[in-house]
Parts: sequence; C-alpha cells; structure tokens
Amino acid sequence: MLEVSGLTTAYGEIQALRDADLRVGSGEVIGLIGPNGAGKTTLLNTIAGLLAPRSGTVTLEGDDVTGRPPEDLLRAGLALVPEHRRIFTDLTVEENLRVGGVTVPAGERGALLDEMAELFPVLRAKWTTAAGYLSGGEAQQLAIGRALMARPRLLMMDEPSLGLAPILVDVVFELVETLRAQGRTLLVVEQNATRMLEVADRAYVLRSGEVVAEGTGAELRADERLFDMFVGN
Amino acid sequence: MVELLQNLIDGLGRGSIYALLALGVAVVFGVMHLLNFAHGELITVSGYAAYWALNDGWSWYLTVPLIVVVAVLTSLVIERVAFSRVRGADQFTLLLTSFGVHFVVFAIFLLYVSASVKTFPRPGWVTNTYAVGSLRIEVFDTVVIVVTLLTLAGTTWVLQRTTFGLSLRAAAADFDTARLMGIRSDSVIRGAFALSGLLAGIASVFWLMRAGSTVPSAGIDPMLKGVLAALIGGLGSLRGAVLGGFALGMAEVLLRSRLPDSVASLTEGVVFLLIALLFIFRPQGLVAVDHAERV
Repeated sequence: MLEVSGLTTAYGEIQALRDADLRVGSGEVIGLIGPNGAGKTTLLNTIAGLLAPRSGTVTLEGDDVTGRPPEDLLRAGLALVPEHRRIFTDLTVEENLRVGGVTVPAGERGALLDEMAELFPVLRAKWTTAAGYLSGGEAQQLAIGRALMARPRLLMMDEPSLGLAPILVDVVFELVETLRAQGRTLLVVEQNATRMLEVADRAYVLRSGEVVAEGTGAELRADERLFDMFVGN
Repeated sequence: MVELLQNLIDGLGRGSIYALLALGVAVVFGVMHLLNFAHGELITVSGYAAYWALNDGWSWYLTVPLIVVVAVLTSLVIERVAFSRVRGADQFTLLLTSFGVHFVVFAIFLLYVSASVKTFPRPGWVTNTYAVGSLRIEVFDTVVIVVTLLTLAGTTWVLQRTTFGLSLRAAAADFDTARLMGIRSDSVIRGAFALSGLLAGIASVFWLMRAGSTVPSAGIDPMLKGVLAALIGGLGSLRGAVLGGFALGMAEVLLRSRLPDSVASLTEGVVFLLIALLFIFRPQGLVAVDHAERV
C-alpha cells in the first residue's frame, strides 16, 4: 500500500531523516519506534506532505505521491493523527469530527458520525462540548476519530499514547487492536516500544534519522542491543 | 435618560457599520494572519462604482446589489493579485503588502479619475426620522441596525452550519491541521476574502448612502474603523470584532454628545486615547483568543 524509499528530509542544514526505506502492506499494523529525535515524526510528516523531502519517493498504491500537499494526500487515502493531537479546541467534539469528514460526500457524514459515536463512547457524552475542555485521553480519541472520519486507507498516528495516564495508554492500545480487527492499515509512531511491539505486525526502528532495524515484534524484542537502546533511553 | 437612550440608538447604528467592517477584517486575519489595511479600498472601489451607476441614471435599488458585487469581486481580485503571493509570509511582509494595495488603489483613482470629491444623489429617506415617545429615530439607523443583525445572523449560520464555515474556523484555528483534514488553502482563503468582501459591501452601501460622495482616499476612514474595532475586540475573535465595532460606534456617539463643545471636534482623538488605554490594560482586546502555534 505504502512504499517509502530513500527518503531524506532536512531542516536547513540538519538532516532529520536520511535515506529511509519503509513498506506498509494492506491491513498491516506497522510500528515506528526509536528514541527521541530519531526522526519518527519527521518521517510521518514527510509522508503526509507537511514537510517536503530533499530526495526519495513516497508511493501510495503504486502512485508516486512525493511532495504532494497534505490536502491532496488525504484525498488519496492517507490520514495523519498529528503529534500533540492538534484538535480544534474552540470547536465542539461534533464539529471536530465534521471537519475530519469535509472530504466525504455530505450524505455519508451522518453514518460516519454515528460510527464514531459508537467507537468512542466517551466522546458521545461530550458531543457538543468545546474540545478544549476534553481530558488528554478524550482529546486523543477525538483526534483519532477525526482522522477516521475521512475514511483513510492508511491511518498514521504520531505518539498516540504520549502524555497519557497508564490507564488511558491501555485505551489507546485497545483502540489500535480494534482498528486492526476492522482490517484497517496503520502506521504508528510510539515511544512506548514494548507496548507497540505487542500489537504491531512489524516495526521499524529509527535512530539518528536512519532506519536501523526492521522486523516482527518477536524478532526485534530478541535483539537485545535494540531493546537496550529504548529501554535504556 | 432620553438623551442616553437616543445616544445608544445612534451608537448602535454607527456601531453596526463598524461591526460589519471589523468582522471582515477578522475573518481574513483568522485564516491568513493578515491585518488588512487595504480593507477600506473595498469601499473606495464600490464607491466609484456607485458614483458611475447613480450618475448614469441607475436607481438605488439597482446600485445596492452593484456595490455589494463590486466589493466582493474587488476583495477576490486583491487576494489573487497581491495577497496570494505572500501567503505564509511574516507579519511585516503582509502588513506592507496591504499598505501597498491601499496606495495602489488610491493612486489609480487619483491619476485616472480625479482628486476631487465625486458626489452622487443619496436616497431620499436617509434623512427621514420618526418619533417614538420623545425619541427621534432615523429611518436610516433603523435599516442599518436591522440589516446588520440579519447579516450577522446569516454569517453565524454560515460559520456554524456549513462545510465552508467549519473549514474556515478550522483553518483559522490551525491551518496545517486543517490541511491534514483535506481542507484546501486556496478555497478557504478565497472564501474568507469573498465573505470579507460581502460584509464590506453591505457596510459600503450604508457608508455611501450616508456620505453621498467619494474620493480616492475614501477608504482610509472605514479601514481605520474596521481595523481598530477588530483590534479592540481582540484580533482573531469574530465575536470580539463585532463587539469591538459596536463599542467603537457607541464610544464615538457618546463622546461627541457629552464632550463640551470646545473639544467635541477632538472626539476622534479622545477615542484613540481610550483605545490606547484599553491596550495598556488589556492588550489582548475585549475577547482573548489563544492562537495555535503556526509552524
């Protein structure tokens, strides 16, 4: 579904991502793990079109989409739940979800809203509340629901468990399981490597802007050198 | 008491026009972070359109839609020719660009039309008044207030209920994230300029009906009122802009009628002084907005 090859992204002189290769198959749940500053967010933001790569290509279902703007990539089926959630705090929960669905034909938005209300019972109770009043866990669920409103073929999430209480981290990972059971394709950046490796089909390990390892959860967990790298970090 | 009531009605009438102008400034500021010092040019351009139409024998009934259409088109043309080229630029560049647009429009009318005041007939009812008890209410103020309230209600409906309105509010809150939701910057920015032009067009109708004339510099006064009212309200807040417009109109009317005759001509100065004081004690304006960090 998604094929990234030789992707390099720089902020001025600093190469935050160097020659990254990555592949996500349809229906797969792929983890992207690594220490802080490894380039995980840069990779997602480049794939999503928020950053322009210096070189390399991003291919979605066989189409070269490198350098296309985010609004086009969303229409091509690629949604990103951005770092820090970035929900619209002045808008209500429902309005946030509606914004997520602006590219969907108007007649289908109602059914999608119902689907989100079912998937996120905590949001249903706060439907007309301004999103700025949500707790961190609720806001994260809203951010994910908002992205799902676009009916993406590939959903990318950037640190969905960041800053959440342990019980809410469980909620997020349960949600990942649920989405996987629905047959969705996910690419998830997580600093919680242990938990991510449990739910992911495969994972890529980034360090200092480079992909240093790739494999199934079991393979990566067996690699003590890698394990120390995060747990020690 | 009667005088105060009279002032309040007059202030509401004047404030209505300022509110429409300020809302247009705020809508554009929301999506582009541009404080549009060229906003008054919509009144200049539509003012000349009105001058030509009315002196060509058009009735006011036909001229009113003409003014509104010209204001919307002018707003879209200015966006396309000038502001679309500086999207995402820093505040200073945006400010300079808007001043540039102001001076270019001013120069075009100065050079190719005339520096002198061009007059046109005002509708007959503008100066009519009617009595309610001991109050004398202008028909004009009544029309302005009613149309403004309807316009504000319509704008609220658009912003709350339509996909365009939702996109506009999302883009104003966080442009990058709005793009991640598939919102196209082109359509939301052009939509903002069209809405801003529509609001300015309605304000322009009233402004011109009262003035009965235009000059190349006609845009400066409405621009100042619109920008100041948006600042008073708290830049970026649409509700604040409307509130700021009414506050500014009210302050002008109250001061003009209360100040001793010897300083009444300094009303503008006193208003600016009050605005300066407001910003010293409440720099964020009446309604504070926290802007999402723009990357």
